Amino acid sequence: MNMPRATVSKLLSFSCVDGPGSRMVLFLQGCNFSCATCHNPHTMAFCNDCGDCVAACHAGSLSLVDGHIHFDPTACDQCDECLRICPIHANPMAQHMELSEVLDRLRRDSVFLDGITVSGGEATVQLKFVTALFKAIKQDPSLAHLTCMIDSNGHLGPAGWAQVLPWTDGVMLDIKAMDPGTHKRLTGRDNTKVLESARILHDAGRLEELRLLVIPGLTDSVAEVAALTDFINGLDPATRLRLNAFQHHGVVGSARDWPAADRACVERVATMLEGAGLSAVARPTVYL
Amino acid sequence: MPQNLERLQAIVTDPTLSLAQKARFLSLEAENMLPYPETHAETAQALADGILCDLAEGHAPYKPRYVLPDLSVLLTKGSEYLELDPPETLDEAINCLMIAFHHVPSVTAMPVFIGHIDRLLLPYCDGVGETELIGKIRLLWRYIDRVLPDAFLHANIGPHDNRVARAVLQVDRELQQVAPNLTLLYDPELTGEDLLRLATDNIVACSKPHIANHPLHAAAFDERGYGIVSCYNALPAAGGAGTLVRLNLHEVARRARGIDDFLKRALPHFMDLQFRLIQARMDYLFEQSGFFDNFIVKEGWIERDRFTAMFGVYGMAEAVDHLMGLDNSTARYGRDAEANTLGYRISEAMAARVEATPVRHAWRERALLHAQAGISTDLEATPGVRIPYGAEPDPVSHVKALAPHHAFYPAGISEILTIDETVKANPQALYRLCKGALASGFREFTANVAGNDLVRVTGYMIRLSDVEKYRREEGSRINTTGLGAEAAELTGILDRKPRVIAHEYAPGYGQ
Repeated sequence: MNMPRATVSKLLSFSCVDGPGSRMVLFLQGCNFSCATCHNPHTMAFCNDCGDCVAACHAGSLSLVDGHIHFDPTACDQCDECLRICPIHANPMAQHMELSEVLDRLRRDSVFLDGITVSGGEATVQLKFVTALFKAIKQDPSLAHLTCMIDSNGHLGPAGWAQVLPWTDGVMLDIKAMDPGTHKRLTGRDNTKVLESARILHDAGRLEELRLLVIPGLTDSVAEVAALTDFINGLDPATRLRLNAFQHHGVVGSARDWPAADRACVERVATMLEGAGLSAVARPTVYL
Repeated sequence: MPQNLERLQAIVTDPTLSLAQKARFLSLEAENMLPYPETHAETAQALADGILCDLAEGHAPYKPRYVLPDLSVLLTKGSEYLELDPPETLDEAINCLMIAFHHVPSVTAMPVFIGHIDRLLLPYCDGVGETELIGKIRLLWRYIDRVLPDAFLHANIGPHDNRVARAVLQVDRELQQVAPNLTLLYDPELTGEDLLRLATDNIVACSKPHIANHPLHAAAFDERGYGIVSCYNALPAAGGAGTLVRLNLHEVARRARGIDDFLKRALPHFMDLQFRLIQARMDYLFEQSGFFDNFIVKEGWIERDRFTAMFGVYGMAEAVDHLMGLDNSTARYGRDAEANTLGYRISEAMAARVEATPVRHAWRERALLHAQAGISTDLEATPGVRIPYGAEPDPVSHVKALAPHHAFYPAGISEILTIDETVKANPQALYRLCKGALASGFREFTANVAGNDLVRVTGYMIRLSDVEKYRREEGSRINTTGLGAEAAELTGILDRKPRVIAHEYAPGYGQ
């Protein structure tokens, strides 16, 4: 049988910020948005084997073999120069992982875990793999107790959600902006599908939380916050909304010149949201 | 004035020491004017070369290093020597314990163990309301921190869930004091998930308590039990440890020609010198010091034959990396399976030798192997078998790399996992990690949560706000250095040792 495999930008054995409890996180390569504020821009594209990174790799981890980029992790000293030099926001260090490899890792580490989260990039770009992975977890008695979560930008249609939701415990969904123009400016795309995804997930009881990246001057305006409150109140005012503060860490390009969100800015947004009836607004634990 | 008298003079006039600190350093100086108990040339050389280390226990051991009194004996029978009747109320019981703490010696001249505090107090709690109980524990905790300010002083709770254990956790979280240090003995069958979760939530708030794997420890001791004291030392209850001598594995590795030579020649050779030193110190304590004529022995708080000798080791990480290098391998301890496996082999070999070597006067006539948590002056030698600071992998890989060592160290082994501050928004993650570590064979689980005021250093706690206060005052000192006498006074204030310190790691004046 032809089992799907994943292109993985990074695997974290332990995370406490990607869903409830202790989680293994698969950062899948590839994204269908191109957010100016992305703090993992090297996860956006798939490597096209141009080879520009080979010369930049002083450790000799990268080479071109039969016209394809080959990565030797044992030599890598994690300087990340290849990520900086990549002209298309890809990651030459991304690894292919078979479904069975991920399942083996989960079996080995399951006593330490509450679950697994697929993130990205945009995890649903590799929907076939995600569905197969979650289904295999739920059908394996030694793993079925693990919760399966997706961290998503919401640019997935109803048919896609119908495929993966039967095996999914929850989705953490970003709403980048309510105003279609602002959304397009921030991500390169319209937000119709995102809002539709939020409704689908809410109706299916799988909306673990919504997330808003607070960007001063863009997503913290009275109009933006009011539109978001109306939208969430239309779903359920008790939906958890996690506020993340825009920071420059990892960001490349013009957004580095945008002001970062400080505690006061986030608190102002949180107060507006709570004042309008939202009962589960979560603030950042740490400000950089 | 002769040099040794000048030293005494310096202690007496030192403006940075409290009266109690002066008295203690004077007594240490006096003890160390006596001849050292072991004069064997090779052993003395290994001590001088820093291969062996006696942790400045002193030249004439007149008290065991760690004493774990069974204070239930005092509470049940009272004390003839101290003229105390058995207590009948909670106030009387706490009062008896407060008196008793002062009569229990250790290497620091302060108790390192104040008992299984919940088991001791529970029989006196009938009819005592919740608020009242918490109030009394709060006062006891305040007393300990102010009167016995030593970071090595330990209270134990568990393994059974009970209201005193819960009150202790509540007060400990509220006060966030350095002393007492606290360990929850956890048994999946007896403790319950609920109390463990309270404890891990406390770790998220204040990096305390420390969680001991009760079934593993209980199996290493006997029906009289054990306690966790000082820097994660597991020792027989109603006894303790006569001495702790430690071996710097990095220094041993430097004297080996390769892995085989290390395992077959260098390690056994220096372990035998270590046994010699341990034996000399135990002989002095048991045969010459007169310690066991003490009333706490006569009245049954401790028993002469329940004192082990701790065979400490440290610097495993550097030893393994050095040996891998001799083998032309770049495998690194904590990161690569090959290096980790060599580490396990070394631990196993040491455990076998310790189990096979008789030690006179020691509990069961054997020493107990201990991965020693290090002291602040250690260079190029990471505590115990820990992974060097800064080279730690993610917490799950970290636990898995070290878990196989834990079976070999009955007298305790510790690893401090540093967890990102973000866990504060998700304490379930720490709970799961703790359960995973214990299920993987960790004897002890200890975590520092970044951003907490209370932080573990090697095994003891400090308050970062104290450090910050110190830093601020240092700034003000620099601004006033031109002010002569006033500056000298300010300097004194600055350099004053904190009120609550880790006495075990201030083993002598100027150290």
